[in-house]
Amino acid sequence: MDVFDIIGPIMIGPSSSHTAGAARIGRYALNILGAKPVKADIYFSGSFAKTYKGHGTDKAVVAGILGMDTDDPGIKYSFDTAKHRGLDFAFHTCEIENSHPNTAFIVLESEAGKTVEVQGASIGGGNIVITKINGTPVEITGKFTTLIVLHRNIPGMISDVTSVLAKHDINIGRFDLRRSPKGGKGVMIIELDSDVPESVNEEIKSMKNVIDSTLLKAI
Amino acid sequence: MFKYDSIAELVGEAEKRGIKISDAVIEDQAESCETSKEELYKKMLKSFRVMQTSVEDGFDSDARSVSGLTGGSAWKMRKQADEGKNICGHLFGEAMAMALAVSETNACMGKIVAAPTAGSCGILPAVIISVMNEKNIPTEKAVMSLFTASAFGLVIANKASIAGAEGGCQAECGTASAMAAAALTEMCGGTPKMAADACAIAIKNILGLVCDPVAGLVEIPCIKRNAMGTANAFTAAELALAGIESAIPADEVIWAMKKVGDSMPQTLRETGDGGLAATPTGKKLRKQVFGE
Repeated sequence: MDVFDIIGPIMIGPSSSHTAGAARIGRYALNILGAKPVKADIYFSGSFAKTYKGHGTDKAVVAGILGMDTDDPGIKYSFDTAKHRGLDFAFHTCEIENSHPNTAFIVLESEAGKTVEVQGASIGGGNIVITKINGTPVEITGKFTTLIVLHRNIPGMISDVTSVLAKHDINIGRFDLRRSPKGGKGVMIIELDSDVPESVNEEIKSMKNVIDSTLLKAI
Repeated sequence: MFKYDSIAELVGEAEKRGIKISDAVIEDQAESCETSKEELYKKMLKSFRVMQTSVEDGFDSDARSVSGLTGGSAWKMRKQADEGKNICGHLFGEAMAMALAVSETNACMGKIVAAPTAGSCGILPAVIISVMNEKNIPTEKAVMSLFTASAFGLVIANKASIAGAEGGCQAECGTASAMAAAALTEMCGGTPKMAADACAIAIKNILGLVCDPVAGLVEIPCIKRNAMGTANAFTAAELALAGIESAIPADEVIWAMKKVGDSMPQTLRETGDGGLAATPTGKKLRKQVFGE
């Protein structure tokens, strides 16, 4: 922690967990979709489900999906902005088992018909953790550039991918290997210490046995 | 480098070198964040400007919060002060009004600086900006005092808590009040030891205050408690500047705050289930907002 964790963040009220954190979950879902969203189904669980109207959690999530930061005065008017930009959105309440009390589950659809499912928790002070992407459990704070690599589960994949990063002098901050629920594919979640050019992501994507790779900017 | 685990550490370093706590803190932060003092000052100035705007944004007589429960009290308080009708003079009335204004800006989805939290964001700007305006203190001095405020806040965060869900309102408005008391003491020429005494006195006065928001929203009683935290910061700084010492040292007061927070029942830690939230009117207002 430093002094700006105490005097800060600069944010739109009323609540760092229920407003600022909610906006960041929405923004990260947009980040993962990587295209203009036209439809958003937003599910609130736990405390979010009970109090989302009073805290403006609904406006904040929509603002995030529109790409707004936590200090954007436009958060208050995000519903109108969504209409202008052709984003359909709907809210639902549910109870997601074994999840943090402030959890949102977002299903986004792009103009081209691509959909993503993102689950995230607002853990206090505007900080978030993305806990699931398209059904795969993950743990992403959004504070670092993150690479998600979906690959065939065969020996040598980790060394192949990390040697590409090493070649470009990119340092790894955190490495997490999971198995996707569908077909036993592998998922690497790699938090990086520096920005990464899209060309590096393309290089990984073109590798044999890599099914897909997504580069997510820090928010 | 500072560990930010005791107030004594901050006071000791400043006294040893004959400098202000804020000067020691900005130096330390520049070193640990690998940046320059100028950059840090600029960043704090930006926060200070947002604080100033959040004060003025709050003086709208028609503004209502998202829930519809609150709004318009800052405007009433400033009118009272401007007309010379309030009891304690213009500065105090204006400070109360500013605390309400920033808190109402927050409840109305306006832009604020969490200090240390959104629920307690009115206290530090109200104390610093009202005194700066009334006594023509240069902006630089006000901005520097925020480094002292945040250093005290860091120690409290590390040794106790700044979250209502963990330590009750004493952790949020109490910490904000202690931060403001220390910063105000330094800004008005007090010694580092006096700033520590002001911090100790401020927390002692709020020790045990519960977090019991009606309908779980950051409005009732949070907005008025920001006015209270502001008044308490003035009390603590006035006593400290008069040379009155805290019988219990600041670090032991913070320890007590942690112990008191730990022993608070869950219903009184931001759950919206106890205290004022559990009163008949509190429950009625919850129903009004959420229809449960």
